[in-house]
Amino acid sequence: MNKVKILLVVAGTAFALSAQAQLRVEISGVGSNQIPVAIGTCANEGAAPARISEIIKADLTRSGMFKIIDAGPTTDLMQADASGWKARGADALAVCSVQPLGNGSFDVKYRLLSTIQNNDVSGFGQQIPAHYGRLSAHKIADDIYEKLTGVKGVFSTRIAYVVQQGKQYRLEVADADGENIIPALTSTEPIISPSWSPDGTKVAYVSFEHRKPVVYVQNLVTRQRNVVANEKGNNSAPAWSPDGSKLAVALSKTGNTQVFIVNADGSGIRRLTTGTTIDTEPQFSADGQHVYFTSDRSGGPQIYRMSVNGGEAQRMTFGSSYNISPRISADGKSLAYISRRDGNFQLYVLDLESRQEQRLSDTTSDDSPSFAPNGKYILYATQNGGRRSLAVASVDGRVKQRLSIQAGNIKEPTWGPFMK
Amino acid sequence: MRNVKNVAFIVSTAALLAACSTPMPEKKPVEVVEKPAAPVVQPDTRAVAPVVAAVDELDIPGGKLSNRSVYFDFDSYVVREDGKEVVQNHSAYLGKNQRTILIQGNTDDRGGSEYNLALGQKRAEAVRKSMAALGVAESRMEAVSLGEEKPKATGAGEEAWAQNRRADIVYKAK
Repeated sequence: MNKVKILLVVAGTAFALSAQAQLRVEISGVGSNQIPVAIGTCANEGAAPARISEIIKADLTRSGMFKIIDAGPTTDLMQADASGWKARGADALAVCSVQPLGNGSFDVKYRLLSTIQNNDVSGFGQQIPAHYGRLSAHKIADDIYEKLTGVKGVFSTRIAYVVQQGKQYRLEVADADGENIIPALTSTEPIISPSWSPDGTKVAYVSFEHRKPVVYVQNLVTRQRNVVANEKGNNSAPAWSPDGSKLAVALSKTGNTQVFIVNADGSGIRRLTTGTTIDTEPQFSADGQHVYFTSDRSGGPQIYRMSVNGGEAQRMTFGSSYNISPRISADGKSLAYISRRDGNFQLYVLDLESRQEQRLSDTTSDDSPSFAPNGKYILYATQNGGRRSLAVASVDGRVKQRLSIQAGNIKEPTWGPFMK
Repeated sequence: MRNVKNVAFIVSTAALLAACSTPMPEKKPVEVVEKPAAPVVQPDTRAVAPVVAAVDELDIPGGKLSNRSVYFDFDSYVVREDGKEVVQNHSAYLGKNQRTILIQGNTDDRGGSEYNLALGQKRAEAVRKSMAALGVAESRMEAVSLGEEKPKATGAGEEAWAQNRRADIVYKAK
């Protein structure tokens, strides 16, 4: 397997919060079967609100799944001819055009052609306001990714994470490529465990602003914050049910930390686990029928699964005396977790069918894994030099990305859902 | 001339008085007692009435209640001998004063933040139980955890970690 280190600096735009807050993406390791695809610069790209073809190329390169061939400028979208590109090694040709519509919005058109059959594989137009320039490019990259790999792309998704800088904590939302950073919450007290709602409009999190952990849900669009759990003791580890109606949380109201289910508005708290030790970090399965959680009922922390209606719990992890932070992929096939081995905390993934586990990182202080909504990548926090930063690993173990921020410690990442 | 006369008068008076200094049969002096009309009590503006300031025991800097931290061994949730005094002092204070407390448990930064939140809770709970055993009512105490989020000592190594394995007693506003 080739290990190619590509340093790809994501250019800052006016949307970045500040020059300091940009993310850099560094890719090491590539997929062994890279798909060669030719990408043309959009016709009239100079008039576009964002550098659309550059964003498409950056997205596809970052995935590690493609070898990008520069197709040069597109003069006429409808005249594009793929036949010449097969000889130059491309399986497909993507071309685009941009047309300002005069009212501040733009018409972005795109075609994906097969070089082998010299026909259209895909294509669509988007009429977008100027501030969706980058998004329109991400949607094209998603389509190219899906048409050529069979898997939905995640380039137009968003991530959220916590930045600690000096005495300030910020819950930030960014595009999956690290652009468009917006601080959703700023506080002088810690914020942990952010969790996206399934519809992508809300984030649940734990705030220490009242000198104890309290669970909030914040509507990102309206800015409204609601307390979802502030029982006596700790309130933490919020995780949304797949239909967005409930949250599983960890509460210590009974004296020891246990898993409870609560309605998204904070009503109807009911206890799920019945242990006398620690049960925490609940996560709903993709079908909402099971809850995975961390429990130290056998001595050290391990991951268990139980029915959402109660009953016995099955242990899922072995191999180490310390396994925490379960996360389950949307297709239900993979369980990601953090395992302590020889004193190091590392990202692992377990194939739930074969029960084979695989270590996905080479670092020693990983935490907070989060699956991309297509189940192919895991975002997590790690130590980079003297600071906490984010990294991405592909679930098949082949691609690793490192995102580094210029200032502050980044932690507690969570990958947002597919959205329209 | 006058002076001589005065001197003579004085001398003669003195001589007369000297003669009077020898004991003589007592003659009760006529006392002229003036009856006071109504007693007027004048405050003695030079009086000083001592006051002892009622400083809350809790606020005495360096006082025994200023120590509010209980420390724990690695992987342990049992109050050590050196923590028992803190537990006793604050339990006694709460017995005499209507205050409520937050007991905040902490951990060092090794491991996951949510699991550490639960471990810190165990430390707070151990202190809470010890205080309940000494008679402090449930309604006056809340055991919570800050996990690894608010370390007292930063950096790696046992010296810093030992400082962070701790539960703090925090008095809620009156």
